[in-house]
Amino acid sequence: MSEKARPGDWVQIHRVVLPPGERAPQVPQDTQAVPLEMRVKGFALDAAGLGETARIRTTTGRELEGRLVGIWPAPGHDFGEPVPELLTIGGEVRARLAEGEGDPDNG
Amino acid sequence: MGRDLSYAGVMGRRNDIMLKAVGIDYRSYATGVLAFDYEALMREAGDIAEVRRIQRETHVGDTPLWELGNITRLVRALAPPGKGARVFLKDEAANPSGSFKARRAALSVYHAARKGYPGVSAATSGNYGAAVASQAAMRRVGCIIIQEVFDSRGIGQPEIVEKGRACEAYGAEVVQLTVGPELFYVFLVTLEETGYFNASLYTPYSVAGIETLGYELAEQMVAREGRPPDVVVVTHAGGGNVTGTARGLRKAGATAAQVVGVSVDLTGLHMASDRDFNRKSFTTGHTGFGIPFATWPDRADVPRNAARSLRYLDRLVLVTQGEVFYVTELLAQLEGLERGPAGNTSLAAAIVLAQELDRDKIVVVQETEYTGAGKHPWAQLTFSRRNGIAVERGDPAGNAPGRRIVLPRDPEQLRVKEFPLDNVRRSYLRNALNQAGDRRLLPEDYRFLADDTRLDEDRVRSFLKEVAASEAN
Repeated sequence: MSEKARPGDWVQIHRVVLPPGERAPQVPQDTQAVPLEMRVKGFALDAAGLGETARIRTTTGRELEGRLVGIWPAPGHDFGEPVPELLTIGGEVRARLAEGEGDPDNG
Repeated sequence: MGRDLSYAGVMGRRNDIMLKAVGIDYRSYATGVLAFDYEALMREAGDIAEVRRIQRETHVGDTPLWELGNITRLVRALAPPGKGARVFLKDEAANPSGSFKARRAALSVYHAARKGYPGVSAATSGNYGAAVASQAAMRRVGCIIIQEVFDSRGIGQPEIVEKGRACEAYGAEVVQLTVGPELFYVFLVTLEETGYFNASLYTPYSVAGIETLGYELAEQMVAREGRPPDVVVVTHAGGGNVTGTARGLRKAGATAAQVVGVSVDLTGLHMASDRDFNRKSFTTGHTGFGIPFATWPDRADVPRNAARSLRYLDRLVLVTQGEVFYVTELLAQLEGLERGPAGNTSLAAAIVLAQELDRDKIVVVQETEYTGAGKHPWAQLTFSRRNGIAVERGDPAGNAPGRRIVLPRDPEQLRVKEFPLDNVRRSYLRNALNQAGDRRLLPEDYRFLADDTRLDEDRVRSFLKEVAASEAN
């Protein structure tokens, strides 16, 4: 990934919405201690480097400003890793149904 | 001078912002201190024929109803002799955005477009975001979805990251926030700035949109089996799914169908805690929404919530995260339907409830949701392990939200935990008393509280006395 966004690049910006101390009164302690942060993606309006202030136009046409944190950012989520505890379940229950075949009470 | 954008300043304007953003004057429905005319409010959304017409314009509804033959065989292998009801499934993943939430979004977006709003916005971390975005794309209005996604380390819940991606796929702008109820503050600021419509999950539009689900499934069952279902099992979170489905069943004449709500038990995890946020493997369908919304529906993002689950629940049960992952495997491997996982919460309970019933009875699981990267058992359990949560096979009684996920060793170990509705009612009435404060309740309020809790007025009065006495101690 390039360290510098050009105008028109799809980028992500970051902003602190509420710093610690200005959070809602009902928020638990661990959340009170951290800021409420916002990330939004859109098309860069100017050239900007990572960590610098950048302006974007979102898909709804809003212009927003924040710290540039991603250039062509990937979603990053995936299917995880194979989970051994899940892999055998299908075979187990199919075997259970096979045992029950021919049982007149099961049909 | 610009608008006051401080937290207190914006929250102070919430009623005005909401009035503009929903276009419903809720004050005109008030009939007492707490009471309002619920049925009159619901009529804002039109009758069911109108709702179906609007939904069909944007490809919503008419989803298939499948009989789950192999799951029924398994149920009968587990049940006592003569027991084991047939299990059916309404494949709501067949809706445009992959879940029943398309039904909820359809009317909101239709009315927003009709009333001339330039766009729609919703505060949601669930499938509802993609549903609103998909409907907005079809109706050619703007769409902003506001999600709670990240903890303070910047780590996103994979299920919610996927839902954000889906919103973007439909062209929506997605505002992604860290943990905290101030999401509502950001939502208000956004509504005020854009003049967008509040596509809340809790308006009459949203709830009437689900009535078609209950109505359709009753119709489909009558066409297929000559009678409506005996039990309909519904995943319960904010209350809309239960409320809309039950109302639709009644409108279709299926008045005897028992409506069972099911939530994943996440007792002990704080919903607004930065630390607990990424320790849950389900971001909806759980007790963190289900219980607060049942015990006080009007905590929603509109003045009066159209989703009032206590009016419609016949029974409420809890299941564990591990059990839902287990039945997600059963659905894929025995029925060839890869769905969920969160949408399979009601399936976990249905497999247990069907074992209690005679073989000629019919149980319907009324939804599925699409599966994908992030919202998949592997993705969720890998994420759990990375967050220090143990994943193992064993007795599901060993599930400990935020610490241990236990997948049953055998299907016999699937069970449900009853959540007594009288406990919910007591909490509801305690909240009602707090809400009323010093104001004296009117006869209309007692009637309303009776309707809202499905109790008669005498029992409401005696419950209220009990609650007031326990508060005094």
